[in-house]
Amino acid sequence: MADPLTIVVVEEDRERAIGIVDALHASGSYEVHVLGNVSSVARKIAALAPDVVLIDIDNPTRDMLEELTLASGPMERPVAMFVSGAAGDLAKSAIEAGLSAYVVDGMQPDRLKPVLDAAIARFEMVRQMRRELAETKRALEERKVIDRAKGLLMKARGVEEEEAYALLRKAAMDQGRRVAEVAEALVTASGLLS
Amino acid sequence: MKTVTLPVGYMPLVDAAPLIIAHEMGLGRAEGIELDLIPAPSWSSVRDMLAFGRVDAAHLLSPLPVAMALGLGGVTQPISAVSVLSVNGNVIGVGRALEDRLRAAGYGFDFRDPYTAATALAAVADRPLVFGVPFPFSMHVELLHHWRRATALSGIEMEVRTIPPPLMAQALAQGDVDAFCVGEPWGSASVESQAGALLLPGSAIWAFSPEKVLAVRTEWAETEPHLLGKLMRAVWRAGRWLSAPESRTAAAEILARDTYLDLPSELIDRALSGRLTISGHAEQREVPGFLEFHNGAAGFPWRSQAKWIAERLAARNGLDPKVAAGAAAQVFRSDIYRSHLAGTRADLPGASEKVEGAIRQATPVASQTGGLSLLPDMFFDGHVFDPDRVLRTKN
Repeated sequence: MADPLTIVVVEEDRERAIGIVDALHASGSYEVHVLGNVSSVARKIAALAPDVVLIDIDNPTRDMLEELTLASGPMERPVAMFVSGAAGDLAKSAIEAGLSAYVVDGMQPDRLKPVLDAAIARFEMVRQMRRELAETKRALEERKVIDRAKGLLMKARGVEEEEAYALLRKAAMDQGRRVAEVAEALVTASGLLS
Repeated sequence: MKTVTLPVGYMPLVDAAPLIIAHEMGLGRAEGIELDLIPAPSWSSVRDMLAFGRVDAAHLLSPLPVAMALGLGGVTQPISAVSVLSVNGNVIGVGRALEDRLRAAGYGFDFRDPYTAATALAAVADRPLVFGVPFPFSMHVELLHHWRRATALSGIEMEVRTIPPPLMAQALAQGDVDAFCVGEPWGSASVESQAGALLLPGSAIWAFSPEKVLAVRTEWAETEPHLLGKLMRAVWRAGRWLSAPESRTAAAEILARDTYLDLPSELIDRALSGRLTISGHAEQREVPGFLEFHNGAAGFPWRSQAKWIAERLAARNGLDPKVAAGAAAQVFRSDIYRSHLAGTRADLPGASEKVEGAIRQATPVASQTGGLSLLPDMFFDGHVFDPDRVLRTKN
């Protein structure tokens, strides 16, 4: 039986990190380390000498890890990103899920697969949640702007709320724009005029 | 005409301008393509998006596809650099601590002479100097090493470390790095945020260094030659538009938008105009040719440029220089550039290689229409790179 794989997860958000660690432990027996502090990430990873490094694709500190792909000393192991053919498909699905994985050169694909399957599933879930959150935030922002625009119209034209909204909607339809965009324009313009 | 949408990856930098302008000025649409510009948080991301097919073309650091061809770094997908997007545009700077010591020692911050800058820096360094760069395979790294080799810096210990430019100010403040080499707007941004002062423009080290390239998967270049031609022509026209002085203000305004760099247009204008503010003391320096998109056949991917990069990478990573030069020459596609720009007004050089560093003043060269002048491409120390001495290749 081979030694358990050592995995480093680079993740600043504590909750997310715990989620990834749990998902990994559920899929097998691994030694998992989490690096939260972004500065000197590369040096800390080099010290841990892991078999696999998992990091969010949107993390700008990823470029710091590229240095690890150059073995500069006898004690350091060259790190590759998805080198073997078997890992090729895995690489694609990982990237679609927003995950990038650095793997020590020469590692067996059958040992890698369960790690990545677990991580990919977790990353996909988080990505979905993030998208929903962004969408909700945007909807809230837009509603706020539309409410402000309605208020401005009600005051300026002396109309009721319903009619104010109808005016906004009509302007939007006439111009082929979204109601939120028209509202935004109105709020900005009135800010300039007042 | 049916419009095809092309996903293109880029890093939000001033030198992504040819792609942004090709899109915003409708130059892509005129060719029947719509550029879907996708910003990336890191160079690794741009590379992976390109290698794994998320985008069809990308704005890449010129040494990156060469490194990939040499098997350096994790990803080895064959990539073709079909044109040079920008020449020059980097700055070398120091953090506040070094700036103060340099001033106390009487250094004048002339922003011009690499020798005096190196001598002054070596004299005030009391420990190994750590330089932050955006990526291990970048012109930034090559310029720093070249600068060091020929100056007083060779006498002190120096380390080059990767720091994403948005984190450079923080790394300077925490003492993780002492100095940096970055592309604009990050140099000017560091001056604005009082994090540091600028020492030299990249062009003071090498007067005509290929900085970013337009990169595609080699397999895609072969299966989609028509789309590639449309993209290359649109980008070439964008470069020509950018090189006109009257375009500068509009270009800065477009790049400044929150979809792109999301910075004040004045900060972006510094790189486009070559008039840089180099310190918190509002010192101004003018640098002709600070960033070039078009003139002097800037877009032409010289195979000799790729070989120069390969020779440097090979030397540092213990690879065979001849094998490396041969592999690199296949990456910079002067052949594709010639065939796809043949129908435009681009004046194409007759040769695919030149002796790098040998042009001391604007020099007319053999070209298709005979009106082409190459611009000075000297290294500050008189270094000359003859690609034929590494390996003789045809084409």
